[in-house]
Amino acid sequence: MKVRVDVMLKNGVLDPQGEAVRHALGNLGFEGVEGVRQGKVIELDVAEGTSEDTIRDMCEKLLANTVIESYQVHMG
Amino acid sequence: MKAAVLVFPGSNCDRDMAVAFERAGAKVTMVWHKDTALPGDVDIVGVPGGFSFGDYLRCGAIAARSPITASLKAHAERGGYVLGVCNGFQVLTETGLLPGALMRNANLKFVCRALDLRVETSQSDFTSGYNAGDMISIPVAHHDGNYTVDDETLAKLRAEDRIAFTYDQNPNGSTADIAGVLSENRRVLGMMPHPERAVDAQHGGTDGVAMFRSLTASLETA
Repeated sequence: MKVRVDVMLKNGVLDPQGEAVRHALGNLGFEGVEGVRQGKVIELDVAEGTSEDTIRDMCEKLLANTVIESYQVHMG
Repeated sequence: MKAAVLVFPGSNCDRDMAVAFERAGAKVTMVWHKDTALPGDVDIVGVPGGFSFGDYLRCGAIAARSPITASLKAHAERGGYVLGVCNGFQVLTETGLLPGALMRNANLKFVCRALDLRVETSQSDFTSGYNAGDMISIPVAHHDGNYTVDDETLAKLRAEDRIAFTYDQNPNGSTADIAGVLSENRRVLGMMPHPERAVDAQHGGTDGVAMFRSLTASLETA
């Protein structure tokens, strides 16, 4: 069973890498890019029937640093 | 004083830290990350700099879940001393032994040079060899040293006098120029600059010596 976890910096946490990407887009002539935020997508292949709670536990304990990051779990 | 220095795959300042402890008179044991126990009666554990586990996922994240880390946490919770430098600081925030997180440098540059630090407090066994307000020169070498805490935690760190060092010239965008912070019981210190690289005049400076000497002095008499 495939599960996808999206990890993003929390709103309000400055994202230096996203800012660099935004500048680079501007340099390429793409106008009007107001903001870029960069995150991670983590794909898990887990045993059938693994609960969302278990995936959330994985996020809390390792996949995200909840001091600065938030996460979203997409089952199946 | 008995010291243990943890070694993870990708640690590269472990031997420097061992030498710094030894020169201050400590007996040092190196401990591999797959070990589950620290040597008995160890006074202080050093978590060294480097790139543990290739900085995969987040700097320090995998090391913070290594087998030895449970013993490290138990040691700290018993009131044991811990010094985390650079990647070691990242590991300590990832374990939750210190608040905040270390993000990519705000200017995205790897910074590698000696910097002036201000000693913010002498009220700890790490910093009692300095006076508050002293300026010391200590090397930094990191890409992810941008210390980030929320306003509430920052206020708490200030109120409890737990900011150990600040940068004179902030190299990485860290909140309130913070270079190092102490735990609530003042026995865990995490810092991005490398005091263990400033213990020999031939290496460019000796401003780190006072930290290792004051630790030895405090822990010998304890």
